[in-house]
Amino acid sequence: MTTPTAQLIARLTALGALGVVVQTAAISQLPVAGANADLSPLLVMAVGLLCGSLAGGSFGFGVGLFADVVSLQTLGVSSLVLLGVGYGAGRLREARDPEGTFVPIAAGAAATLAFGVGFALLQFLLGVDAPVSWPLLRQLLATLIINTLLALPVYALVRRCLQPALPEDPRRRRRRAPSSSPDLHLA
Amino acid sequence: MYDKTARRRRAVLGLLVACSLILLTAYFGETGSGTLHGVQRGTSEVLSPIQEGASRALKPVRDLFGWFGDTIAAKGQVQELRAERDRLRSEVLTNEIRSADYDRLASMLELDGALGLEDKGLKTGRVIFQSPTVWYATIRVDKGSDDGVRVGHPVINEKALIGRVTAVFGGSAQVTLITDTTTKVPARAGPRGEFGIVEPSSAGNPNDLVMTFTEPGARVSVGDRVVTRGTEPEDRQESLYPVGLPIGRVTRIENEGTDTQEIHLRPFADMRSLDFVQILTRPRGGGG
Repeated sequence: MTTPTAQLIARLTALGALGVVVQTAAISQLPVAGANADLSPLLVMAVGLLCGSLAGGSFGFGVGLFADVVSLQTLGVSSLVLLGVGYGAGRLREARDPEGTFVPIAAGAAATLAFGVGFALLQFLLGVDAPVSWPLLRQLLATLIINTLLALPVYALVRRCLQPALPEDPRRRRRRAPSSSPDLHLA
Repeated sequence: MYDKTARRRRAVLGLLVACSLILLTAYFGETGSGTLHGVQRGTSEVLSPIQEGASRALKPVRDLFGWFGDTIAAKGQVQELRAERDRLRSEVLTNEIRSADYDRLASMLELDGALGLEDKGLKTGRVIFQSPTVWYATIRVDKGSDDGVRVGHPVINEKALIGRVTAVFGGSAQVTLITDTTTKVPARAGPRGEFGIVEPSSAGNPNDLVMTFTEPGARVSVGDRVVTRGTEPEDRQESLYPVGLPIGRVTRIENEGTDTQEIHLRPFADMRSLDFVQILTRPRGGGG
C-alpha cells in the first residue's frame, strides 16, 4: 500500500478537480453514438491501480463528491460508488499486482460497469419512480465501450501525472537490474 | 505491520462510507434552501465561468463531432426523406386549399394572438453544461438571475418546450428537461384538446414521453400534436407553462379507451443536441 505523501495528495487533488471540470464542461457535451464517455471511473481506477486502496478509495470519494456538487446531483451517491471503485482497484493491485498492457483496459471496463450498475441501483434505492428503458441500457453499454477504449490512454496520462510523486516501483527496479549485469557486458 | 496497515485501510474505508451515507441522508432530509444545497449552489456558481469558458473553447470540437454524427445519420435518412418528399408534394396541393381557410379562421379566432410569445420576456441563452449521467436530464444555460430568470420559468428551443428552470445563479441557471423523471407538464392533445399530464415514460429515454390521466373516451390519434394546457389540473389556476407551447407528436396509444390509457409521444425537441434555448421570463405575460 502506497502511503500518500504531500506531493501525491496535491497532484491527486489537482487531477481530480481538473478531471471533473473537463468532464462536466466538455466531455459530457460530446455525444458519441448517443452516449458520453465518463472519465470519473477511469481516473479513479487508474489512481487505485497506481497508488493502492487507501489513496484509490479516498480519491474516488473526493471525485464523486466534487462531481455531485458541480452537477447539482444528490450528494453522496457518486462518492459512495466511486469510493468502492477506487478501493477495489487498489485492492486488485495490492492483492494480485497484475502486470500487462490489458490490465488497465479490463480494469477500466470493470470500473465503468461497476459505476454504472452501482449508480443505477442507488438511484432506484433513492426512489426514482420510472422503469429502466432500453435506451438507458444502450447508453450504459455505449459508455462502457467508449470508456474501455479510453481506459489505456487515461491510465497512461494519470501515471504520467503521478509518476514523480510515486515511490519507485520494485517491479521496474527488478526489470532494470539485469542491464548492469556482467553477462550482458560480455555479450 | 501488515495488521496495522490493514486496520488503517479498513478504518479509512469505513469512515468514507459513513461520510457518504451521512451526506446522502442529510441531503435528502433538508429543504432546497438547506446548508448542503447552499454549498452546492455556491460551488456551482464559482465554477460556472470556468464551465462556460471551457464550453466555448470546445465548441469547434463539438461541432466536428456533430458533423460526423449528422453525416452518418443523414445517409441513413435518405430513403426515408425521399418517401417523405413524395408524400409532402401531394400534401402541398391540399394545404394550399386549406391555407386559405386557415387564414380566414385564424383571423376570426385570433389564434395568432393567443399563441404569440412576444410579451413573455424571452431570454436567449447558450447551453454551457449538460448532465453527464442519463439519470439527471438537466442542462445549464448562461442566463441567470441577473437576466431576470427565476425558478419555474419555462424553457423552449426553436422547436418546442424543453423544460423548466429549477435552480438559478447570478449568471447561469439549471434547466430540468421534460424528459427528467421529476417533470410533469399539464397538456392537451388532439383536435378536441383532451387534457392529460405529460411525463417521461421511463428513465433515460429522451425520445418517448407519455401522457396519462386522460379521459377514457378521449379522441386522440397517432400523429396528433400535444401542446401545453396552460392551466394547472388541480385548481385550474394559470400554469407557468403558457397555453399552446408545442411538446410533441403522438406515436402510439396503449390500453386505448380504458382508465389506464397511455398516450405515448415523441418530443419535437431533440434533447441530446441543445445549443441555444429561450427562457420565458414573463410566462404569464405583462409583469409576470
